[in-house]
Amino acid sequence: MPIGLKNRLAGAALGLLVLTGAVSAADVRLLNVSYDPTRELYAAINSAFSAKWKRETGDNLTIELSNGGSGKQARSVIDGLNADVVTLALGSDVSAVERAGLIQPGWQSRFPNNAAPYTSTIAFLVRKGNPKNIKDWSDLLRPDVQVITANPKTSGGARWSFLSLWGAFANAKTHDFSTAQGQAEAQAAAAQAKDFPIYNDAQARAKVAEIFNKHVPVLDTGARGSTVTFAQKQIGDVLLNWENELWLAKDEFGPEKFDIVYPSVSILTEPPVAVVDKVVDQRGARKVAEAYLAYLYTPEAQDVIGQLHYRPRDLAALAKYSADLPKIPFFTIDETFGGWTKAQSTFFADGGVFDQFYKPTN
Amino acid sequence: MAGAPIAKTVLTSARPAPPAHPAVRATLIVLAVSFLTIFILLPLINVFVQAFAKGWEGYLAVFWPPSPPEGATLTAVQTRKLAEAAVQTSRTWSAIGLTLQVAAIVVPLNIVFGLAAAWATTKFQFRGRALLLSLIDLPFSVSPVVAGLVFVLLLGRNGIFGDWATHLTWPDPFSLRWVGFENGFPLAFARDFTGVIFTPLAIVLASIFVTFPFVARSLTPLMESQGAEEELAALSLGASGWRTFWKITVPNVKWALLYGVILCTARAFGEFGAVSVVSGHVDVNDTMPLRIEKLWNEYNNQAAFTVASVLALLAVFTLIAKTAIEWKTARDLQQQHQGQAQ
Amino acid sequence: MTFETEFAREPVAPAPRARSIFRRRTTRVIPGLPLTLGYTLFYLSALVLLPLAALALKAAQMSPAEFIRVISDPVVTASLRLTFFASTTAALINAVFGLIVAWVLVRYDFPFRRLFDAIIDFPFALPTAVAGLTFASLFLKDGWLGGLGPRVVAGVNALAGWLGAGPLLNPTALDWLTFPYTGQTAGIVIVLVFVGLPFVVRTVQPVLLEWDPEYETAARSLGASPLTVFRRVIFPEILPAWVSGVALSFARAVGEYGSVIFIAANIPGKSQIAPLQIVTRLDDFQYAQAAAIGVVLLAISLLVLLVINGLESFSRRHERAAV
Repeated sequence: MPIGLKNRLAGAALGLLVLTGAVSAADVRLLNVSYDPTRELYAAINSAFSAKWKRETGDNLTIELSNGGSGKQARSVIDGLNADVVTLALGSDVSAVERAGLIQPGWQSRFPNNAAPYTSTIAFLVRKGNPKNIKDWSDLLRPDVQVITANPKTSGGARWSFLSLWGAFANAKTHDFSTAQGQAEAQAAAAQAKDFPIYNDAQARAKVAEIFNKHVPVLDTGARGSTVTFAQKQIGDVLLNWENELWLAKDEFGPEKFDIVYPSVSILTEPPVAVVDKVVDQRGARKVAEAYLAYLYTPEAQDVIGQLHYRPRDLAALAKYSADLPKIPFFTIDETFGGWTKAQSTFFADGGVFDQFYKPTN
Repeated sequence: MAGAPIAKTVLTSARPAPPAHPAVRATLIVLAVSFLTIFILLPLINVFVQAFAKGWEGYLAVFWPPSPPEGATLTAVQTRKLAEAAVQTSRTWSAIGLTLQVAAIVVPLNIVFGLAAAWATTKFQFRGRALLLSLIDLPFSVSPVVAGLVFVLLLGRNGIFGDWATHLTWPDPFSLRWVGFENGFPLAFARDFTGVIFTPLAIVLASIFVTFPFVARSLTPLMESQGAEEELAALSLGASGWRTFWKITVPNVKWALLYGVILCTARAFGEFGAVSVVSGHVDVNDTMPLRIEKLWNEYNNQAAFTVASVLALLAVFTLIAKTAIEWKTARDLQQQHQGQAQ
Repeated sequence: MTFETEFAREPVAPAPRARSIFRRRTTRVIPGLPLTLGYTLFYLSALVLLPLAALALKAAQMSPAEFIRVISDPVVTASLRLTFFASTTAALINAVFGLIVAWVLVRYDFPFRRLFDAIIDFPFALPTAVAGLTFASLFLKDGWLGGLGPRVVAGVNALAGWLGAGPLLNPTALDWLTFPYTGQTAGIVIVLVFVGLPFVVRTVQPVLLEWDPEYETAARSLGASPLTVFRRVIFPEILPAWVSGVALSFARAVGEYGSVIFIAANIPGKSQIAPLQIVTRLDDFQYAQAAAIGVVLLAISLLVLLVINGLESFSRRHERAAV
């Protein structure tokens, strides 16, 4: 190697060192790792909160968003995705991040309402005019009905759908969540619940097994994928999915194509949020991360939440959007199934109930 | 991936073959043409038809959001939709930018590697040379998902280099900005990343993995057949090694090199499986194929195909460039032959 | 690998004695071996071998019994079976049609021949995700091919009605044309045919081009039928390249992911391909299991690679012997 080139290389290396020393973060960044259907929700929330943060502190805040199947997202965070906050579909996925040592225990109580700033539920999307006349859970068992749902092993929304089916077939006890009184009752009932006979309900098990084995032609990995299958690929007669996802599909593809059908009872879904302690402490972003999640509970954010068809915790906002979010009796995972940890390990773990009965035949 | 074959078309097509039975000939042509139409031509046309489903306006709206009519009062929902459209187009542009940046890093690295590997394996005989050639081939046959997985296992938080890799902070080389002389040095990086996996660096690594053999593999056969005589002549006349390399070897292989570069670039632009595993689904880590998947998942069929059509156009340009190179090589070869004949 | 296939077909001149002496001298005279070889080995090790070693290491953390248990899990074996079945079917379709296409492109002149020749490479250049999308939309109920069934039925019945006859076809007679009623594997096979086609065409084409038709003319003049000429004279000549092209298209299909997930129904145990099983395992926090499936796929790729290299060296020796 001639001397000239060596010198040039050394010069370039030196220049690089100087430059690296001069690194400066020009603005504040936050990464929100979320589950599949929240793309539109957080797109709206993020721009509103960035503007608010700019007004209050003068900093330029850029919030980056990552969407995917809830389990997949939790895995990415555990594998090294430097998320400042996680907003996932179910508590067990946040718990998985907690077990990896990234979130401090007790995250459920660090924000109000079990750290779930909004709720939702599982309902049906059918083709316009409801040609197969699907009204309630039992209609899904009719031989001519094809059901579209995601894979409960990989999708949070599909796990909620699974529990909703199971609870409905086992006649789980429900509450009225549109009033403060009903909510208090549900909370008290959840605290008192001790043993959960519902897990041994043979009838529920047989019916859920029949639906997954005989009525589900396509099993996507995420909630969004199942909506695409139903709406865009036009497969199946009924889509089981998040209420907000059904509304979005109706908005995007036109109300002349689909109808939303609410079953007689359903599950109250509580997608939790948490600050990823290890990452925010390392990056020095705790203050803005906590402010971001707290913002979700403000009336301003609760209104956006209702606008996009999630059920606001704020009862005034819930009442405002009650035409689109009709009141139906809900059962809760805490009272009915004893919480996510128990439901996860019984139903969805490797070798769990789902693995035991899942032998698709169609 | 045929480099030389077309060149031979020109050389051999003069020889007449015995005529086939007209019925056989017609059947075979119909079979081949309908097969190619269904499997290649229709999908290609379909990309563009879907992209233009909403006309030119819809096509352009994917890149430049429509602005609201002057002085119109907008409802809260309309304002939100407009803001959303602006975010969408900015994400599409960021995906296009990242795709180009990744290719700008990956392709030069693979050129250097390809030249070095071809030089080492064709100008010298050594033990294990056959094994080395096979190992260079390896990424061709590894599933893209496995290509992504290996980097997660290596650099993920629980991976072998997890501790080191998740705390590594490195500047974004494309964020170099002029900051004036107040800070001592006039240039600085505007942003930096922490960690390797689920950042653009991981996308670069995965892209290198899948495009690894292209340049080397298009150079090796040619350099092997050319031998080392010309280089030896230059060296014996007193030229330095570098000079020989630049003045003799590189001009001799320039078309094969360009061909390898084109294939490498096309693959770097289009890789989906491997980068999908290491992208973490973060919007800023989207390359064009990942962006297409997201648009599709956002029910934005037409926008997905619009971005896809840009990639398809690039593919068409790639094919044109490739064909041009093959013509050029063919002509060079012919001239050579004529030169030899005289 | 493809490059090697093609260039390997170039006639290898019997090495003259003088040149072999020259060769030996080159090792001493040409500079740069330590630099280029060192860099090659470093780059290869850091970017390919080290990551692959991480995969092997992860899988090695399992006991052999556990490894067998994962690999013999019914869902995993079903996905491996599907991957093999679909890849083999696609490779066989490509074997037949790739040969026909190569033959037609080399031997016959017809309108737009150059265009068809150029678009053969399109699957190499088109991102696989886009391929999946466009095929998915072609085979949907309202897609050009997916919607063909009902439209053909309606057309035939309308024609029959116009002629005064009753409906000829049952409305569901051609439903098998529509996704996903085409069967869960049909869609997967279709995209795998797409991604694998150029390998066969582009390996067979150069051999056909190089083929000297004089042998054919001679055989024909001796009274052999065209079919016999093809079977006994031409086919043996293109066989190594053809097999190697089919093997390449098979190897590519085994690993294909991007296009397949867009078109498959992804039912575990029925229509999930092996690479998707890896992704699903990862989502389930089962790293070692994912690595185990990855190792199996890697072993298959290596095996195919070895077969191809073996074929190439065989054909090269064969050729040399012929010279």
